[in-house]
Amino acid sequence: MSTPAWHEPVLQQFPAVRWDGAARALIVPPELARAVAEWLTQPDHGAWDFCSNVTGVDYLPREVKEKSKRPDGTEEIVVRTEPGSLQVVYHLYSVAQRSGPLVLKQVVPRQAPAAVSLTPVWRSCELQEREVYDLFGVSFEGHPDLRRILMWDEFTGHPMRKDYAEPQDYEWEPTPHGDVLEKHRRGKVIIA
Amino acid sequence: MSAAAATAAASYSLVRQPAMETGLLEVSMGPHHPSTHGVFRMDVRLDGETVVALKPVFGYLHRNHEKLAEGMSYLASMPFTDRLDYFNSMTNNWAYALAAEQLLPIEVPERAQYLRVIMAELTRLVNHTSLVGFFLNDLGALGTPLLYAFRERERILDLFEQASGARMMCNYFRFGGLRCDVPEGWLARARAVVDAFPRFLDEFEKLLCENEIVLARTQRVGVLSGAQAVNAGITGPMLRASGVNYDLRKVDRYGIYERFAFRVPLGSAGDCYDRFMIRLLEMRESLKILDAALRDIPTGPVMGNAPRVFKPAASETYGRVESPKGELGFYLIADGTTKPYRYRVRPPSFINLTVLEDLCVGHTIADAVVILGSVDIVLGEVDR
Repeated sequence: MSTPAWHEPVLQQFPAVRWDGAARALIVPPELARAVAEWLTQPDHGAWDFCSNVTGVDYLPREVKEKSKRPDGTEEIVVRTEPGSLQVVYHLYSVAQRSGPLVLKQVVPRQAPAAVSLTPVWRSCELQEREVYDLFGVSFEGHPDLRRILMWDEFTGHPMRKDYAEPQDYEWEPTPHGDVLEKHRRGKVIIA
Repeated sequence: MSAAAATAAASYSLVRQPAMETGLLEVSMGPHHPSTHGVFRMDVRLDGETVVALKPVFGYLHRNHEKLAEGMSYLASMPFTDRLDYFNSMTNNWAYALAAEQLLPIEVPERAQYLRVIMAELTRLVNHTSLVGFFLNDLGALGTPLLYAFRERERILDLFEQASGARMMCNYFRFGGLRCDVPEGWLARARAVVDAFPRFLDEFEKLLCENEIVLARTQRVGVLSGAQAVNAGITGPMLRASGVNYDLRKVDRYGIYERFAFRVPLGSAGDCYDRFMIRLLEMRESLKILDAALRDIPTGPVMGNAPRVFKPAASETYGRVESPKGELGFYLIADGTTKPYRYRVRPPSFINLTVLEDLCVGHTIADAVVILGSVDIVLGEVDR
């Protein structure tokens, strides 16, 4: 499937934006994201007026084995750790010109991930960015109402992360017998 | 009354008290409220009867559908897509199959293409009739229009049951075609249902569309402008009721929709009445498509040359269809294994709720119920 070259004007206008050919997506640095988004909505620049889908993707750090040549001509295998990342993916369409999708990605580190909210540009991001915040733990600077949306407020953790492990006592209810009673005797459980 | 309370009441000066205490009242509508169509909550702040602020609260039906799908093979989550929007399992199936077929192209046979269109348009009839019924239920016409609608819906669900074995959880689509062909005589029975449908629609429209109460309660209520709708990602009948001509069956021309002549009804005011009428008009257009599809459907296989194990190469794709509620999209990332690395559902009715507060502010709380009804939400999809 070939994609029209909608991304090329963006690359010319913003040299810091990178094109990922495999994923067919524009990799936008978070600090530029708002400017790129506002530029894209202009009628002359493609009129990308409709941000259809916003979501996150979690990539864990992984080990990559690469062959490299020593100066003496023999080969060795080098193991290198690729850092993980969180991506926030935006699928843009143009209702006015009936074109799309143009994919934008903000790539942020897995530790303290901070992206820039595009809700001020496309209102449709509002609930979806909240969902990314809730399930992936990416915070969005400039979001008007950044709260958990699907999980309950007291929940800790971000279940859509690839390394999320649910707690052992996830659906555990204190009932005063058996193991629970034993824990209670040891003072670990307070039974109301 | 206790002695202390009696003393307090006696010392209370009635003269100084204003005629009536006024203040804002916060009401938590739902999650168990008949007009929220499931377990959905609206936190409403009211000044008298007028809504001054409204926050939707989600998540009561959240089961992390996406995480579940990432842990199983591609095809194994096909039955789970039925449970997203449980009124429209056929279009959910189609959206997922469409995205998967973009990852790993499989030729879909001609008969399967026609049956897909037939199933999707029958689904649209099911969804829109029930929506109109529920909408009138929200308006206070308790039961009667809804039962009229459900009577017709049941005839179509019978067809689904004969084809797939289930009324609602159809699980009928496969990557590259359909699970099985329709049984002997099914097309004739579908034809009978389609031919009888306009008579029901005539009756329905005659009863409802010029009803004075319906007009008074829905016109100029919850007005959404076209520009605002596009910016907020509103799709489906709700977008078209605001006058924006954007129907994915025309824009993307997925499947074989370019072969059918149908029109896209558009609203002009963008109010609840337009959103209600759009559904009735869309049903007429669906009937045109069904009529042509049932006439032209060829014989032949219904399953393409799909591999035994669905294992696409590392790539990513976004596939979307015009589901009866709006743009239903699936974003899939393949990593070369038999399981999707990332599986994301773009739920139309969730995103259509973005503007709920804007539509409701300034109207009465009874109108908020009508506005929510006109958005057409289903919580299986909103909360996933």
